[in-house]
Amino acid sequence: MELLLIFIIGLLHAAGIYMLLRRSMFKMIIGLILLGNGVNLLIFLLGRLVKGKPPVIDEASKVFTEIYADPVPQALILTAIVIGFGLQSFAIILIKRVYKVLETDDLDDLNSTDEEI
Amino acid sequence: MIFAVISGFILAALVPLFSSFARNLIPKIYPFLPLGIFIYLGTCFSQVTQNAPMHWSYNWVPSFGVNLDFRLDGLALLFGMLITGIGTLVFFYSSYYLKEDKYLDRFYGYLSMFMAAMLGLVLSDNLISLFVFWELTSISSFFLIGYKNDDPSSRKSALMALGITGFGGLVLLAGLIWIGFVGGSYSIIELVNSSELIKSHEAYPWIIGLLFIGAFTKSAQFPFHFWLPGAMKAPTPVSTYLHSATMVKAGIYLLARFTPVLGGTDSWNWTLILVGGITMLYAAAHSLFRTDLKSILAYSTISALGILVFLLGVGTEDALLAAGIFILTHALYKATLFLITGIIDHETGTREVTSLGGLQKVMKPVALAGYLAALSSAGVPLFLGFISKEIMYESTFHFSNWAIILTASIVLTKVFLFVAGFWVGIKPFTGNLPQEHAKAKMPSPLLWIPPVFLAGLCVLFGVFPGILDAFMQTVFNSMSPEGEVIHLALWHGLNWVLVLSLLTLGLGFALYKFLKPSQSLKGKLAPFDKFAPIELMERIGITFQSFAGSWTGFFQNGYLRNYVISILIFLTVLAGYRLYDGVDIHLDWSQISDITPSEFLVVVLMVTSIFFALITKTRTGVIVALGIIGLANCLFFLYYSAPDLAMTQFSIDTLTVLLFMLVLFQLPKNRSFSTRKLRVRDGALSLMFGVLISILALEVFEAPSYTEVSEYYAENAYLLAKGKNVVNVILVDFRGIDTLVETVVLVIAAMGVFSLLKLNLNPFNKE
Amino acid sequence: MKSIIFQTASKYLLPLLLLFSVFILLRGHYLPGGGFVGGLMAAIAFILYSFAFGLKETKSIVKLNPRYLMPVGLAVSILAAVSPWLVNLPVMTGLWYDEPLKLIGMVGSSLFFDIGVYLVVIGSTLTIMFSISETI
Repeated sequence: MELLLIFIIGLLHAAGIYMLLRRSMFKMIIGLILLGNGVNLLIFLLGRLVKGKPPVIDEASKVFTEIYADPVPQALILTAIVIGFGLQSFAIILIKRVYKVLETDDLDDLNSTDEEI
Repeated sequence: MIFAVISGFILAALVPLFSSFARNLIPKIYPFLPLGIFIYLGTCFSQVTQNAPMHWSYNWVPSFGVNLDFRLDGLALLFGMLITGIGTLVFFYSSYYLKEDKYLDRFYGYLSMFMAAMLGLVLSDNLISLFVFWELTSISSFFLIGYKNDDPSSRKSALMALGITGFGGLVLLAGLIWIGFVGGSYSIIELVNSSELIKSHEAYPWIIGLLFIGAFTKSAQFPFHFWLPGAMKAPTPVSTYLHSATMVKAGIYLLARFTPVLGGTDSWNWTLILVGGITMLYAAAHSLFRTDLKSILAYSTISALGILVFLLGVGTEDALLAAGIFILTHALYKATLFLITGIIDHETGTREVTSLGGLQKVMKPVALAGYLAALSSAGVPLFLGFISKEIMYESTFHFSNWAIILTASIVLTKVFLFVAGFWVGIKPFTGNLPQEHAKAKMPSPLLWIPPVFLAGLCVLFGVFPGILDAFMQTVFNSMSPEGEVIHLALWHGLNWVLVLSLLTLGLGFALYKFLKPSQSLKGKLAPFDKFAPIELMERIGITFQSFAGSWTGFFQNGYLRNYVISILIFLTVLAGYRLYDGVDIHLDWSQISDITPSEFLVVVLMVTSIFFALITKTRTGVIVALGIIGLANCLFFLYYSAPDLAMTQFSIDTLTVLLFMLVLFQLPKNRSFSTRKLRVRDGALSLMFGVLISILALEVFEAPSYTEVSEYYAENAYLLAKGKNVVNVILVDFRGIDTLVETVVLVIAAMGVFSLLKLNLNPFNKE
Repeated sequence: MKSIIFQTASKYLLPLLLLFSVFILLRGHYLPGGGFVGGLMAAIAFILYSFAFGLKETKSIVKLNPRYLMPVGLAVSILAAVSPWLVNLPVMTGLWYDEPLKLIGMVGSSLFFDIGVYLVVIGSTLTIMFSISETI
């Protein structure tokens, strides 16, 4: 399973980068989201996969009695997901705004707009 | 004591507050700040001169050994009294000199800040706080030198002064940290005890090298001297303050302060002798080619600083004593000369020595101050300059085999300085009063009392040098703890030193009579300008700028994909090479878990939707695909023991899709701009990157993992934080500050979205 | 989307979902859940309601502009973080009331910290979503 996950992570990264390299702003956002998913999965994988043992201590005991999943990557990813949402929404609104003002979604047209405006 | 140091900063910070309603009061109130500190230092005088340094300590960053340790010993007291004493006079003087100035309140702010920084510098016993104050003097002097900020040349010289001294400051920081590292302490007084250890350490040459660069840049030693003449663009009171007593003496102070720690070795002595010697001769000779009063003073100041460095290099007891006295002597006469230059400039509107003369007819007290200062500078008996000169000669005269060369060079320097001093202090006042300056009149007492007062001190100390005995003894003991008892006297008996002294006076007077300052002399230097350090410096600056320009132009070309591509290629090549070169991947199959059918289904779903997202042409299609990818992610989290993540991912996924749906029709279409060739290239590049990431992930996965941190959190989640969901405990307790900052990030994103949508940013609508 | 079924469902779903989000928030220290997830749930509840009844209606039942939740939430978090100063302990030390309370469970500074996170998440998510809906 880990090997499949590694494959998916590579695929998500490749797809994200490919989309980032496009000239269309819409695709750029998609690339950003794909990349974000890939990175989250990567961090998750590096914390080792453990099945069915969430890092939650039993009701009866005060410490762990058996093996548990690594909580640190989970805490990292949890905030990363939420902040990723903030970033995505900001980026989406930004391109929406740019599109409205400049009426283009070609990144190459944004290269030297300073003088035109 | 901390109050004395900090009060300057406080007053500087208060300026904007006052200036709104009490602008005119500032010049009347602020001069009492240095006066107050001066009096305060005066009350410490008797204790310090009994060889009992005073000590104050305030914790700042104790865990790094950085404290605000203030230590008032002889050397600090000498500098402190010069800083506040001359400071008081300059503060009063400026209140009249710059009376008409629009930004006088700001000026006093800068001046207070500078004074406080200087005071902190000389009082600090801690290397790090010393460095902080050192840089503060550079920064505040930048404002002072560039005070006339509408003049481009003034801005340029301020920038150059900041550049040179700031660069020196950074080098100094490296040196100071190294000293602290080798000596095992950041306290100077403790470092004195480990002096031998540092001197025998292999890093010693580096340490003193770094320290020297710091000191030489600040004290304008060759080849870093060129910022000082440029700094003359500042208003004259600033020049007075910076160049007679404070800023440039900071380097000297540093060398003197570290003499007991690092001094006494051959490399220390000879470097200082060489650099100081070159500087004093070079600058003294240069001063004779100038016609602007302030230029002459600038070069003679550099020369005097050279003498001080030279004396510290000679390093014998006589030389250190001479350095101590010369610091005082130079401060007194040089401040006087600067102040009278300011008066002349203020009253006649020119500083060209060739067009000045006969001013004694209109401003007698100023002329008197000028005469006295020039005579003290020349070292005529009955003046303080004479005493310092005697001891100087005494020290070089008895210095091993090199006595003759060293003595000859210092005599020559003194002859040149004699002339320079006379040109500034005497020439403008004697002879005929030119017609155009006939209307010059007696200045306000606020202007002429300070120089007369200082000149008076030159004479007082010169006639009764005994007053200074005890003081100089403690100053001397700060540099050389086991020093002899000092007795300063006018008459040292009939010996070679006296002969040399008379010779200096004779030669100097002859040269003064023979050589007249003129433009033609100045012109003779012009061909050599090409080789001057300032030219080199500027050329380096220009080359650097054009290099930076082309470098930036190449990489920052404004195309996002080019940035991404260059980062990608760099990363792939670097990491790929490392992987190719000696990393072998072997799989440990026992770590790999089995694939259940449901998991396999999720994987297939995910791969399909990734490809779908890549190729679909509709916006809705992409968003649906993204939603599925997010859900698949969520399922992975669920399978592998991360319920918190699954829940969060699920909610966020929902929100993202909702968000997209809301703005969908205002978003650009999902179009394709690139040609097929480009798409193939990008596809290959991203595939390469994906493979690299996979290999890296595999590599890391195979390496043993270290879980101390996780274990600590897991073990203590309930015991320390009373929580059983470790992920949540990490978020709200162990790493709570991180979470707090992350929520701030979220707030910023929300505010960004809000302002993007609600504020009118459309430039076309503004009109 | 103003179908009657959807509207009726949302009317009952809103309080339920809100209650559920509070439940998720409170149990976060012991079982999966917490401020982030709870906040997102609550935000989704409001957004659902706004889809059914429109933005105006939603705003009228909330009364409070969600923007104000962000500073309030941050303040709650920060106060919870620095509260140990009152008893001379370093920042972020967990302070706990010894006995569990009814319904809520153990009460401590971490809980208030999480409540702050909850409020910030609701505030910023709703600010983003509402300002987008308003400008369409």
